[in-house]
Amino acid sequence: MKYNYYPGCSLEKNAASYHISAMAIAKPLGMEFVEVDDWNCCGATEYVSLNLTASYALIARNLALAAKNEETKQLVAPCSACYLNLKKCDSYMLESPSLAEKVNTALAAGGLSYKGGTLKVRHLLDVVVNDIGYDAIAAKVTKPLKGLRVAPYYGCMIVRPKLGPDGTFDDVEYPKTLDKLLKVLGAEVIDFPLKSHCCGGHMTQISEGTGYELIRQLVKGATEYKADLMVTLCPMCQLNLDAFQGPMNSYFDTNYNMPVLYFTQMIGLAMGMDPTDLGIGAELVDARPALAKIGVEVPEPEMVIKKPPKEALPMPSLPEEK
Amino acid sequence: MSSATISPPKEEKSTRSFLEEVIAATPGESHLIDCIQCGTCGGSCPSGRDMDHTPRALFAMISVGMKEQVLKSNTPWYCVSCYYCTVRCPQSVHITDIMYTLKRLAVKENAYEKTKAPDFSKTFIEWVENYGRAFELGLMSMHLLKHNPFGVFKIAGMGIGMVTKGRMAFTPTRIKGMDNLKAILNKAKELEAVA
Repeated sequence: MKYNYYPGCSLEKNAASYHISAMAIAKPLGMEFVEVDDWNCCGATEYVSLNLTASYALIARNLALAAKNEETKQLVAPCSACYLNLKKCDSYMLESPSLAEKVNTALAAGGLSYKGGTLKVRHLLDVVVNDIGYDAIAAKVTKPLKGLRVAPYYGCMIVRPKLGPDGTFDDVEYPKTLDKLLKVLGAEVIDFPLKSHCCGGHMTQISEGTGYELIRQLVKGATEYKADLMVTLCPMCQLNLDAFQGPMNSYFDTNYNMPVLYFTQMIGLAMGMDPTDLGIGAELVDARPALAKIGVEVPEPEMVIKKPPKEALPMPSLPEEK
Repeated sequence: MSSATISPPKEEKSTRSFLEEVIAATPGESHLIDCIQCGTCGGSCPSGRDMDHTPRALFAMISVGMKEQVLKSNTPWYCVSCYYCTVRCPQSVHITDIMYTLKRLAVKENAYEKTKAPDFSKTFIEWVENYGRAFELGLMSMHLLKHNPFGVFKIAGMGIGMVTKGRMAFTPTRIKGMDNLKAILNKAKELEAVA
């Protein structure tokens, strides 16, 4: 099946392994992704805190660009924040004629337009479990993740809030699709009570105590349930749980060591793919000991610092206005 | 019998206007008017302990027109957008969206106090408005330099890790249609100013 694909800014670099693994499993599972041409940032949770019309116009430019594709009206986002922003914009443009009018007046200044409801905005997990389906995935499993204890972690924005006539594709508080998927892959899945709790979003940058406490609770929970690793579906969650696990440990003087991988990487591993082809090895919390349990060997990570390009220095600097 | 009993109508007028202002600035049907003060929102909030007022209290304050106190409150800035309150609210109040509205109003009126969040949002958006994409290294370093220059040592290990693992871009990506995006955003800002 063909889909418009909106990677989002995180997947360009910090969550590149999510993008790489999504692309790696797409073909064998029969998903064809067409990247939205010249897409822009969705504004995360930041733009809407400053300017309502501009934040929705920013998101709507992506919807307008994706809607140009006559071959498919499905739009897939792997990032939960992008997914929610795109879905919310589509839904509110349908619900609120005054917002839709403003957004379209703005879009017209760039020669674009969008009608709410034109696209069906989906999260990548939704597409994998509902369009491809558990049975088709099970048929592709050649190397079951037997003996690996995993904590499925959904976070917030993939399941909340309920929007539009379709609502959400999984329960808002007790989602099960990722649990079921990981079971199909052969893993031992923990009934993780914190699975739809919040990772703190941007809070590590705003109020570190607040952010680190939310990270601590999740990592502590997964550790106490004796998980080998946590599986996520959002680049923000992965960044907070993995990259900020170290600073969180220093903040609380704790010593947690919980690897965090993407569900697309788990699918790839169960399909017998090479871990390096799935971007595995880019985690800050080493996932190799956990993966060794299922006989997956990940080569020693290269510790070579690539020289930054000249134009990047000196840092930091703000872009010049034209 | 005095003028004190006559004054409420005047207060009521300004009261109504702030509640109306919040509702009007929130997209879609916010259901704020339907709040029954049950407190499910505060009880569901993962960062509620850091807030000076619970969402419930804030909505009561909005309904009686305590605009200044509401816009000064740190509550919206501690909202982590997890939407637990929104899905649990028995009255379907769009609580998270109202928090965004309160952030926008506080920024517009320059009323917020003691929070780095608006600055963070502005720095984030500055990159987006000029390049079309977010730029994590630029955002984080600018934000740290401005608010906590020594904080850089605390997360240095993480920063080095991100660089060695190839997870940090040194330069921002610029989209091709930057002129197109700027035209759209400028028009949108014009429309927002009128609203």
